[in-house]
Amino acid sequence: MSLLKMEDVRAYYRTEVYGISRSVRAVDGVSMELHKNEIYGVAGESSCGKTTLIKVISGTVKPPLRIESGSIHYNFGAFQMDMRKIDAEEMRQNVRWKEISYVMQGSMSVLNPVRKIIRSFEDIVGTHQGIPDKKAFQEQMRGHVMKLGLPPDVLNLYPHQLSGGMRQRVAIALATVFNPSLIIADEPTTALDVVVQRGVLHMLKDIQAESANTVLLVTHDLAVHANVADRVGIMYAGRIVEEGPTQVIFQAPRHPYTEHLINSLPMIGDKTVKKSLGGAPPNLADPPSGCRFHPRCPLAMDRCRTETPEMIMLSERHRVACHLVEEGRA
Amino acid sequence: MSANEKLLDVDHVTVSFHIGNFLAGGQLVAVNDVTFALYAGKPEIYSIAGESGSGKTTLANVLLHDLEPTEGKVTFEGRDLSTIKSRRDFMKFMSQVQPVFQNPFETFSPLRRVEEYLIETAIQFGRAKNRRDAAKVADEALHQVGLSLAEVSRRYPHELSGGQIQRVSVARALIPNPRLILADEPVSMVDASLRMAIVNLFKKLRDEQKVSVIYITHDLATAYYISDRIAIMLRGVVVESGPVENVLGNPLHPYTQLLQESVPKPAASEREQWAQHIELGSTEVREYGRLGCKYAGRCPHVMDVCKTEVPPEQEVEGRTLRCFLYHDGAMPETAVSVQTGNLETA
Amino acid sequence: MLTVTRDLLKYDGRFRVAFVFLVIIVIMALLTVVSPYDPKKTFMVPQDLPPSLEHPFGTNSRGQDLFWWMAFAVRNSLMLGIICAIVSRIIAIFVGMVAGYRGGVIDRILMSINDSFVVLPVLPILILLSFLLRGKMSLWMLGVLLGLFGWPWDGRLIRSQVLSLKERAFTRTAVYSGTTPLLITMREHLPFVLPVVFATTINNLLWSIGMEVTLSVLGLSDVTLPTIGTAIYWANQHQALVAGVWWWLGAPILIAVLLFLGLYLLFSSVNEFIDPRTRLRRIGA
Repeated sequence: MSLLKMEDVRAYYRTEVYGISRSVRAVDGVSMELHKNEIYGVAGESSCGKTTLIKVISGTVKPPLRIESGSIHYNFGAFQMDMRKIDAEEMRQNVRWKEISYVMQGSMSVLNPVRKIIRSFEDIVGTHQGIPDKKAFQEQMRGHVMKLGLPPDVLNLYPHQLSGGMRQRVAIALATVFNPSLIIADEPTTALDVVVQRGVLHMLKDIQAESANTVLLVTHDLAVHANVADRVGIMYAGRIVEEGPTQVIFQAPRHPYTEHLINSLPMIGDKTVKKSLGGAPPNLADPPSGCRFHPRCPLAMDRCRTETPEMIMLSERHRVACHLVEEGRA
Repeated sequence: MSANEKLLDVDHVTVSFHIGNFLAGGQLVAVNDVTFALYAGKPEIYSIAGESGSGKTTLANVLLHDLEPTEGKVTFEGRDLSTIKSRRDFMKFMSQVQPVFQNPFETFSPLRRVEEYLIETAIQFGRAKNRRDAAKVADEALHQVGLSLAEVSRRYPHELSGGQIQRVSVARALIPNPRLILADEPVSMVDASLRMAIVNLFKKLRDEQKVSVIYITHDLATAYYISDRIAIMLRGVVVESGPVENVLGNPLHPYTQLLQESVPKPAASEREQWAQHIELGSTEVREYGRLGCKYAGRCPHVMDVCKTEVPPEQEVEGRTLRCFLYHDGAMPETAVSVQTGNLETA
Repeated sequence: MLTVTRDLLKYDGRFRVAFVFLVIIVIMALLTVVSPYDPKKTFMVPQDLPPSLEHPFGTNSRGQDLFWWMAFAVRNSLMLGIICAIVSRIIAIFVGMVAGYRGGVIDRILMSINDSFVVLPVLPILILLSFLLRGKMSLWMLGVLLGLFGWPWDGRLIRSQVLSLKERAFTRTAVYSGTTPLLITMREHLPFVLPVVFATTINNLLWSIGMEVTLSVLGLSDVTLPTIGTAIYWANQHQALVAGVWWWLGAPILIAVLLFLGLYLLFSSVNEFIDPRTRLRRIGA
């Protein structure tokens, strides 16, 4: 069952300032589907377009970002919509936070530092639904927060009185207040310590298991995907280069970039030499021709320089975009 | 210096800050009685690992002579750092000890070309007399890190990738021919595909250029990959330290065990351990102020003595440990050993 | 500099207008070199003639050609602004950078002095001083005085910039590259401070010229010296509007509007140009 379906979406940033015009092709032909009741991990480095992908999926597309082409369909049980046809007001009333919510990297950007936590809850719920009875609402929030394993008096504290991990968990509580169909987590644990990261990710997994909704987890940390995601999509330079169930991606990756990422993962107990990849992630304003990975690919052929590889279905759930795989060479 | 002499001797160093204001405040002990040494004849990579708030950056600042310890002494090449006061002495120190910082995009001014820093370092440390010679020195240093002057010439920081800038940063640090490089989280802000290049570079510096590296990190996996020895810090205290195969391969201190278990591992065989739920505390500051062992608040094996007395340093099974569980030669059942990760054993 | 000007001219409408206005002003100031009339002399031409080809701004009741008189006025006002700007920039940069970089006791002493100057009421003090000097306040003196009062805002601004720059990693990199503190201030911090200084300089010009106009209209400066302010003073003295000699007031007001608008638009467009956020978008396509 598909919750969200994207077909050949292209979203670019167009800037024109002092005579220099630029088009940053952050999402350049992405087709993907999010299913219900799954954790989908998007893996990619900085400037691979994952932040723009999130903006497109959550409908927060503002100039200079523009969706140039492609379609995005929502299927939230109660209503189905073409995302490009929803107006801003409907987005705010019905979709944002009720169907799609997000957890961001810096929890401080969600929690107002000069107000108590409960006020942030009131602000969010108030904007989307209205709060007729304040006392009942506060009881409800205490219940919600306790169910997630947080001490209820956290609501009466200020953000700076809590540790980073606790703040992030409060941000998750905030994001789940309407029990949305899709939770987008953008590098939720990148700034956190490894022990706290474990707790926060466990909380996210528990929430997903209990409400059977969908979590889109975006992080560059592959080890996190290995332990949390059901399916993983590898993004490179604005395109998805490989996608499949977690087990498959980690045990039998087919795309040279995925292979490199997985083979170069350092592990405790393993001192064998890991090789690094030459070059650097490409500039999305001026990406390489053909397959965007070709300048750094150790197995690049002539065809890779000129032709963009199409997605090939290797199995029902595993697909990859690579000429080498197509020709049976890898 | 002879081979057995100490290159760097950190002797019972403590750094405490006064926090709060005139009326209500207290002491925060950021670095608590830390002792270790690096040896002149044996270049090594020594990691200092810990979570944020563990005191590792404060310790790094002391080693860079940017901060004075409240107690204890740091000696570099036989000279007590607190006696380095004049500009000339400080220059001499800096020519031997150089930093590499965490954020590649802040290491150099966004308004200046990166090569300027290389040229200035070469001239100011006397390795060149004019710009032309300095450019040659810079080019040499860049080659050591896998780049060249032609590649980075006339470029501003935002025109290079994070990985490239970090390599330039290491090149700059190499120009004065230092004996010790202090790298503070050098790869935490670098992309995954470029990270190993920098990490491998540190190995090369140790093996080929015979430069020792103090590698400060919270990433235990890369620490395991390149370190010879490692020290695990918690709230300013080094709880366990020693050869990395021992400390991370067979952690004895309950905190090290927790850390090691909490690192998410790609190998399917190790995922079950990570999936076990843990309790997270809500505030960290209280742990700093604890008498006795800093981990007593969360330790599953806590005893009464842990809450009141500071565990002394002991040598246990090839590493230094601060834990009452192992006091007087006791070897409890809790010692957990780690399966080595291998993706094939699914 | 030339490419910057060219870029701004091509793409920013505000800059184009500012450029035109300010070029007119500067040309007028330069024309004083070839002026056929000495501005200190009176009754050289027929009085109260309206604007014509021979006298583009007309003549005033004192028998002076207003166009050439205003040319001198513009020159003097600009010079005053520039003197004040130079004096106050030098003090502000010195105080701001030393206080910011050194910190500690020096910082506190400098900032106490700074803040004392901030709270001084400038206009009443200037009025008092000009009474004491009885109209003998020369242009230079006024310029320097205004400079001595015009630095504290910017001193603090520069200091706070330096304080935040000091904490940034590249300052540490410079330290470990062996750079001396003085060179760090000049090589690393000044390039960040200068754009702010430039922006506030334009503000400062507006302020000082405005102050001069205020003092002169009240008759407190040397009224024989042509400035925008004294032009208005003399026009009022001779009740120009009542006498129907509107061009006597019109000329300085027009010039003042051109100058102030020009400076403001310049400030606005340059500010956006030097903003680090737009700077990045500008670097090569």
